[in-house]
Amino acid sequence: MAYLPYLIPGLLLFIGVIAVPFAMNIGISFTRWAGVGTPEWVGLHNYRELVKDSEFWASFRHQIALVFGMSLIPALIGLVLAAMLTDVIGKRFGARTATVLRACIYVPQLLPIVVAGIVWSWILAPDTGAANKLLQAVGLGSLAHDWLGDPKTAMWSVMVVMVWFQIGFPLVIFMSGMQRVDPALYEAAELDGASWWRRFWHITVTQIRPEIFVVLLITTIYSLKSFPQIYVLTKGGPGGATNVPSYYSFQNFFDKTQVGYGASVATVLTAITIVLAVAFIRVQQRTEVEGQ
Amino acid sequence: MTLLEAERRPAVRPPAKPVPGRRRRNPSNYVVLAALIVLALVMLIPIVIVAFNALKTPQEYSNNGPLAVPHGLNLDGVKAFWTRVDYGEKLLNSVIISGTVAVLGVILSILNAYALGIGRVAGRSWLLVLLLMANLMPQEALVYPLYYLSKQLGLYDTRYSVIIVFTVIQSAFGTYLLSSVLVAFPRPLLEAARIDGANRWQVLWRIVVPISRPTIVVLLVFFFIWTWNEFLIPLVMLISNENQTVSVALGVLQGQRLMDATMSSASALLGIIPTLVFFLIFQRTLSRGITVGAIK
Repeated sequence: MAYLPYLIPGLLLFIGVIAVPFAMNIGISFTRWAGVGTPEWVGLHNYRELVKDSEFWASFRHQIALVFGMSLIPALIGLVLAAMLTDVIGKRFGARTATVLRACIYVPQLLPIVVAGIVWSWILAPDTGAANKLLQAVGLGSLAHDWLGDPKTAMWSVMVVMVWFQIGFPLVIFMSGMQRVDPALYEAAELDGASWWRRFWHITVTQIRPEIFVVLLITTIYSLKSFPQIYVLTKGGPGGATNVPSYYSFQNFFDKTQVGYGASVATVLTAITIVLAVAFIRVQQRTEVEGQ
Repeated sequence: MTLLEAERRPAVRPPAKPVPGRRRRNPSNYVVLAALIVLALVMLIPIVIVAFNALKTPQEYSNNGPLAVPHGLNLDGVKAFWTRVDYGEKLLNSVIISGTVAVLGVILSILNAYALGIGRVAGRSWLLVLLLMANLMPQEALVYPLYYLSKQLGLYDTRYSVIIVFTVIQSAFGTYLLSSVLVAFPRPLLEAARIDGANRWQVLWRIVVPISRPTIVVLLVFFFIWTWNEFLIPLVMLISNENQTVSVALGVLQGQRLMDATMSSASALLGIIPTLVFFLIFQRTLSRGITVGAIK
């Protein structure tokens, strides 16, 4: 107990900045409140409304699209790239070449997400944007499009931008995972006549399974907090075509001043995150046990 | 079976001097190399193209379009954007906020982790799980109460509000990480210091902190950059221009859609530059830390 004093500042700040606000958010979610005046207790009303709210469900479908754009697709691409860089480039062209290529692919991850958003909304701009100019320059002008402004393409465009932004993260993690795979396994498989694809699948993927799991969970949780991306690229538009729960809660808090309703959206979002985080911790503990 | 074969083979055939693998390239290796080089360029092109257009005059832009290489270094767009948003002030705000958060967050993480990792305070594992949850939790579930409380306390629209909030949020992660490092701290060192008459406070700052310096530096750099990139809470808290951070100022301007094409690319370029500078300064720490940060 002699160490307890060291914990007190941290504990007090934690209670003030995280625990109390979080409890308040849950409390607010049971009220009707415009942010001023006294909140009116409405019980589960907001949650019942949520279940019926088509905008909320639409935002959830977009969230699933974002899980693909920010988690599954980048992880899949990152896995193939990591295998190519480790296996082909690293071995045949030298570790230096592999490092340089990895660094280039990682660069977007270094940008503040807001800046990445500005870069892409400028590239995808309808009239003067580089994407449309490029299409015109190669004679495909008929494909030019208001990528982020058309409800049909907006979500796809956001997904493409997210894939570009995210690939570097799984790539780096997977490459570092592949370094600890025992080369003897590959040599044995090679002598056995296993194809590259079979070695990739049975050795690489199996051996770095913990990394794959961790990357998928982290990026999925990250995709639930996609407020900045959506704010800068589309503001949830056009007509809600790219709205996600994260942005929807913000809209309810500050644009529509339906604070109670926004709080219920944020609470649901947190519940999902906690479920994922618990799964994450479980898996991490299990891999630690296996590792010992 | 295969392993046995692999082991036996060199014995059967006297091993020729092993040919370095990198010499044995076949055409498909070059296809892979070419494909990866193309991909690397595709990843970089958006950034290069933004830099190019930030250096054009508006006339040049409208005459030649976004794809042409700029004729020369024209800094008008950059200057126009700089003065319009008072970018120097935004940079200073970001540096002050991120720097203070990094230092305070690390100090708080050290104190917490000392109690949890070395002191092994009761309920340790529950506290750590709680901290990890707090770090993973969406800020959307905190932002309105924090906004409301900061107004009540008179901290709304001050840099203090953002500094306090992020010190706690970052230290939640820092505590989690540093505790897991300190659990494995060599006990004999602590005991030796105690025998020499050092009290707990001295042991912390003279033994534990210097030895854990690599992890602490990683935390310092990551807290700085994470705070630099934060958007939601600073956007809500920092309403007046003179308090805004780089991310908030850029995001708000972008949201208003009032910038022309060259100014918009100038803003992106000015947003990229500090990040590149950090990357160059902290390259080693960052590459060491990415795998550590993977837990986030």
